[in-house]
Amino acid sequence: MKAILTVIGKDNIGIIAGVSQKLADLQVNILDVSQTIMNGYFTMMMILDVTKATKNFGEIKKELADKGAELNVQIKIQREEIFSSMHSL
Amino acid sequence: METTQILETIRMIEEEKLDIRTITMGISLLDCADSSGESARQKIYDKITRLAEKLVETGESIETEFGIPIIHKRISVTPVSLLIGASEEEDGAAFAQILDQAAKETGVNFIGGYSALVQKGYTAGDRRLIESIPEALATTERVCSSVNVGSTRSGINMDAVREMGRMVKQTAERTKDADGLGCAKLVVFANAVEDNPFMAGAFHGVGEADCVINVGVSGPGVVKRALEKVKGERFDVIAETIKKIAFKITRMGQLVGHEASERLGVPFGIVDLSLAPTPAVGDSVAHILEEMGLESAGTHGTTAALALLNDAVKKGGVMACSHVGGLSGAFIPVSEDAGMIDAVTQGALNLNKLEAMTAVCSVGLDMIAIPGDTPAETISAMIADEAAIGVVNNKTTAVRVIPVPGKTVGDTVEFGGLLGRAPVMPVSRESSAGFIARGGRIPAPIHSFKN
Repeated sequence: MKAILTVIGKDNIGIIAGVSQKLADLQVNILDVSQTIMNGYFTMMMILDVTKATKNFGEIKKELADKGAELNVQIKIQREEIFSSMHSL
Repeated sequence: METTQILETIRMIEEEKLDIRTITMGISLLDCADSSGESARQKIYDKITRLAEKLVETGESIETEFGIPIIHKRISVTPVSLLIGASEEEDGAAFAQILDQAAKETGVNFIGGYSALVQKGYTAGDRRLIESIPEALATTERVCSSVNVGSTRSGINMDAVREMGRMVKQTAERTKDADGLGCAKLVVFANAVEDNPFMAGAFHGVGEADCVINVGVSGPGVVKRALEKVKGERFDVIAETIKKIAFKITRMGQLVGHEASERLGVPFGIVDLSLAPTPAVGDSVAHILEEMGLESAGTHGTTAALALLNDAVKKGGVMACSHVGGLSGAFIPVSEDAGMIDAVTQGALNLNKLEAMTAVCSVGLDMIAIPGDTPAETISAMIADEAAIGVVNNKTTAVRVIPVPGKTVGDTVEFGGLLGRAPVMPVSRESSAGFIARGGRIPAPIHSFKN
């Protein structure tokens, strides 16, 4: 199952490191990454493969949100289909 | 996938309040009919709790995984008058109470289908159900009731119209401690649809499958925000913009509906693409109309603006989804829409304009508080007017008014939650009693000579 992770917040040291370490701990594979600064905000998106994850989706979501609170950014994870179905035929 | 598209979706959900308003499981109760009321009720309870056991849980897991809020999980059932009619039971309300219990057991917040279809005439079951509506709504919490009194093919049953005016009054009286809240769960329809997932008017038509999943999407805030970007443009651009955004909204409904149907092992029915407002800031249909250039909803031009909106929503949504159904369009409930409440409070919007708006919106006079001393005949006459608009124009119309006991024009009623708050609106003081006393049927309109 593919999912999209979005990280938005004030730029700081160690955001990418913190997020990717957390994903590694959860056995979530990163397929693609894009990162930019948009209107002064750190904005990162990742396409993830959660097939081998050790926890269920709800738990992954919660742990990432907690990690976000720690890093002072907002972290969201959503199944990929919600984006693909809205924007493509 | 592009970053901007991902961010657009997230913004629609977070800032513009895009949501799946409801996943409604339609359940046929036809096979629960029994001459013994008690065994019929047992079968009803068993069937609903069996089929809908995982409905709420499934909705919540979809919400978690896709990150889109699913506000309500609900159930609609076969019009219960059919089961009351098949039983020897005199007490209709006992059926409402079992529905309430089943709703509580499954965790859904509303169950619709305490309904009767009497557009042409009554059966014994219809009669018993309608008589029991005030009792049913006063003794249950989650049951919604609806009665269809007219259709384009059969005209308007004026006996039912007369009786429903009385039932609305009695329901208000029986729930007067809650400002007549029972009436918020009672809809009088013309041309009711059989697959509507929205409450209070949802029921599961007899032509439907045994069990289906219907989905209602919403998102007035998303449309409003999209129109903010085309300020001053011509209507061609406005219509295009609404169509595009309605397409995107409906895709969400299609996705969630299919996912829910797969997980529950129940066929997917339809997506109802309705703009359903809530009292929350930024979730108002009235504000969309105002964004088109009206100082306030209710002023001249409102009907045209609403007509454009309603039509463009349908056009955009139809292609986004394999099966569109239900009411599909724009709802205009007064108490549930911050912009409508303001318009009424300022005196810009009155009942006459609302009635005109119902000719082009997706339903009718909805969630309107009127003085508690309004005569039943006046309410019946409001129902008759709405039914006439629906029957002649081949559309669904409905009346959901609350004659608030002890309150009058100038007062405001707080229903709380998504039902919002309603300023009590004045109704005409001239009597319609002689008109309503006649009874009988208004014949179906002619289907040719359409000018």
